[in-house]
Amino acid sequence: MQGGPENATTIDERHSSRVTVEVNGASREVTLDNRTTLLDTLREHLDLTGAKKGCDHGQCGSCTVLLDGRRVKSCLVFAVTVDGRSVVTVEGLAGPDELSPLQAAFIAHDAFQCGYCTPGQLCSARGMLDEVSRGWPSAVTDDLNTPAELIDAEIRERMAGNLCRCAAYPHIVAAVRETAASS
Amino acid sequence: MSTGAVGRAYPRLEGPAKVTGTARYAVEYPVDGITYGWAVPSAVVRGRITRIDTTEALASPGVLAVVHHGNAPRMAPGPQPELRLLQEPTVHYRGQYVAVVVATSLEAAREGARLVRIDYDTGPHSTVLTDDHPGLYKPDQVNPSYPTDTAEGDFDAGYAAAPVRVDVTYRTPAYHNNPMEPHATTAQWHDGRLLVHDSNQGASSVRATLAELFEVSPESVRVVTEHVGGGFGSKGYAKAAVVLTALAARHVDRPVKLALTRQQLFGPIGYRTPTIQRVRLASDADGRLTAICHDAISQTSTIHEFAEQTAVYTRSMYAAPHRRTTHRLVRLDVPTPFWMRAPGECPGAYALESAVDELAIAVGMDPVELRIRNDTEVDPDQGQPFTSRNLVTCLREGAQRFGWADRDPTPRARRDGRWLVGTGVAGSSYPARARPSSARATARPDGSFLVQINATDIGTGARTAIWQVAADALGVPPERVEIHIGDTTLPTAPVAGGSMGTASWSWAVIRAAQALREKLRDGGPPTGEVTAEADTTEEVGGQPALPRYAYGAHFVEVRVDADTGEVRLNRMLGVFAAGRVVNPTTARSQLIGGMTMGLSMALHEEGVLDERYGDWVNHDLATYHITGCADVESIEAYWLDERDDELNPAGVKGLGEIGIVGAAAAVANAVHHATGVRIRELPIRLDKLIGVSDLA
Repeated sequence: MQGGPENATTIDERHSSRVTVEVNGASREVTLDNRTTLLDTLREHLDLTGAKKGCDHGQCGSCTVLLDGRRVKSCLVFAVTVDGRSVVTVEGLAGPDELSPLQAAFIAHDAFQCGYCTPGQLCSARGMLDEVSRGWPSAVTDDLNTPAELIDAEIRERMAGNLCRCAAYPHIVAAVRETAASS
Repeated sequence: MSTGAVGRAYPRLEGPAKVTGTARYAVEYPVDGITYGWAVPSAVVRGRITRIDTTEALASPGVLAVVHHGNAPRMAPGPQPELRLLQEPTVHYRGQYVAVVVATSLEAAREGARLVRIDYDTGPHSTVLTDDHPGLYKPDQVNPSYPTDTAEGDFDAGYAAAPVRVDVTYRTPAYHNNPMEPHATTAQWHDGRLLVHDSNQGASSVRATLAELFEVSPESVRVVTEHVGGGFGSKGYAKAAVVLTALAARHVDRPVKLALTRQQLFGPIGYRTPTIQRVRLASDADGRLTAICHDAISQTSTIHEFAEQTAVYTRSMYAAPHRRTTHRLVRLDVPTPFWMRAPGECPGAYALESAVDELAIAVGMDPVELRIRNDTEVDPDQGQPFTSRNLVTCLREGAQRFGWADRDPTPRARRDGRWLVGTGVAGSSYPARARPSSARATARPDGSFLVQINATDIGTGARTAIWQVAADALGVPPERVEIHIGDTTLPTAPVAGGSMGTASWSWAVIRAAQALREKLRDGGPPTGEVTAEADTTEEVGGQPALPRYAYGAHFVEVRVDADTGEVRLNRMLGVFAAGRVVNPTTARSQLIGGMTMGLSMALHEEGVLDERYGDWVNHDLATYHITGCADVESIEAYWLDERDDELNPAGVKGLGEIGIVGAAAAVANAVHHATGVRIRELPIRLDKLIGVSDLA
């Protein structure tokens, strides 16, 4: 474990909190400086470095994780607000023995190059597919009264919050499309 | 001999690690006793630090040290003065790192950085590039070692005598590389030895720089660069993050990790210089070029001369009897510009390929045909035949695939509802170079092979490509080959940049594999490990200097909202001639990545500099726009089956840059075709279109 125990001794105890959070199915308990984001909790205190820090301002999407099943930018979430809640990171997407269909599709379609935005893309896509299945419309949905069909324009719009400087966008869309079609 | 791995589509080897979040980047390695660094940027443009008050910062819980010019370990003077950080009180530009706060947590380090009080004496500054800047001068050469100016024939006379002439000036803003992973480093000193995990494009050169700066032997520095979250040129050499982190770690005598913030990436780690480019073209009535002149102006800093080779593209692209190119530079109170994907060729091709489009319109000729008419088998600059030049094939195949044949050249003649629709084309070329490298190949008794080379995979698919090359060179199925890259304990190799990586690395890998096979042939099946090494320094150095280039052609269709001027991409299609393609899967990704960055350059990206502030004000990803998922509706990349025996043993030309060169021009040309409005200052945003013309 890096950082954690020592931080607890150096930070002002009046400004720290004990946080219990379920991460990828396991309950984790950690004492945190109240200023700690969910992203930094994962990366610096729980050795879950899958979620990436690309901007720390909610502008790039690299840190996207699922919080109680919904996608959030974990750099914009203070860890003290997730006490008792459930987080799924990229490390929790695969099954015990094999990749999830979405992860496999990302590899098959070469939906990444450097891989730094990829954990965020994957978590975002997972959350997005769930939003679609609930019938949530997007900015490009024509008819708000019927469930959106997951055409490419919908995928592009719904994935627009996750930047990829390598620009694997068409391959990301293909991977998401295939995953949606086979599920 | 060949097992046919080269040319086959393999998924990238590190794919499973990257989609499960287990691939570790520079600041993701667990280290006992780690501390956190936070860089403090200067709050003035030009000046001198008169006082640093660290009292409050040091009193803040968790803060261990504030490292600054008054207490930082000394570094040796070196060839890169801008890397000698925290050595003197002088401030050369806003954002220059003037201190590092080290603390036991990220939060404490950040808070500490906020509490450092710095007083400065300031002076007047100049930070805006203009074509009449009093500081304009002629550098001795331009990057990497091209002549500053060239002239052939008599441009002035040739231009004056021609029946068709175009005289246009294009401007490009500062572009910021913005890899998704910021520059980041974990540094540890143990008994005078330095271990860094660093995000860079070439660990061998980073090691050499660190050894020089810290005055230790290269052998006592180890740089590990296993996974890199993109670079696009900005991580080409050792940059500020690795120096600051190593310096801070030495000062506090503990391991330190430091990642620059997104805001801190806008400038101090390099950026693409703004350019002002005047292009003059003249032709006869049939569109045959008679005179070409390209005058390029760009900027550098007061610390270091970085002379972007903006007009070099024009020297070899199209033939004409009368030609001239010039480069002028201004030293401004700004961070030093640096490489960004196809430095020189990218902005230069935007200007030339746009001007060629304007000439085609002036002549009344199809822009594809005009380019074909001005093709040349002989390099106009060097006078030697190109080793291979398939520009015309790219143009013809692209035109056919795109459906260019029946294009009506009339601008602003196609409507699709409220959208004006237009198409554009541009050529592309980029040099095919190679650098010396070394590599090691080992045969193991179990029939497997290990190939080791300090190459870097910044997302290009380098690891996978070298693995395929190695398998073929060893004559075994790739499944029997293990590849190790990204560590200075491996044989020294050059940077992942300049579209030279695969050419350079595969050269050494092939030679090492050949040497190993020679050894195995002599000795029969190995009972223990058998190893062979190769170093291509002599062979690469002895290669005849011939004009070697990759080529391409971009075709773009845009739609422009007739009311708002909003530009959207309908489709983008590129055809490239880049030698042998090792892995079609990763090659396609690189090409469309480059093309998309060209689209981004044309429509979105702009570093907006405020002269009073002396820095770019839109220094984040909310305000510095890059192309996003919703911006790319259709993009396709194709390549020719090209063989060129004058390149390198793998026969590759490189794919990292060719996709971006010319792409922005094709977009701009399409916007003109759609609207009849020629925007010569990128990016082409709606405010420029709506202000220039009554579109509807």
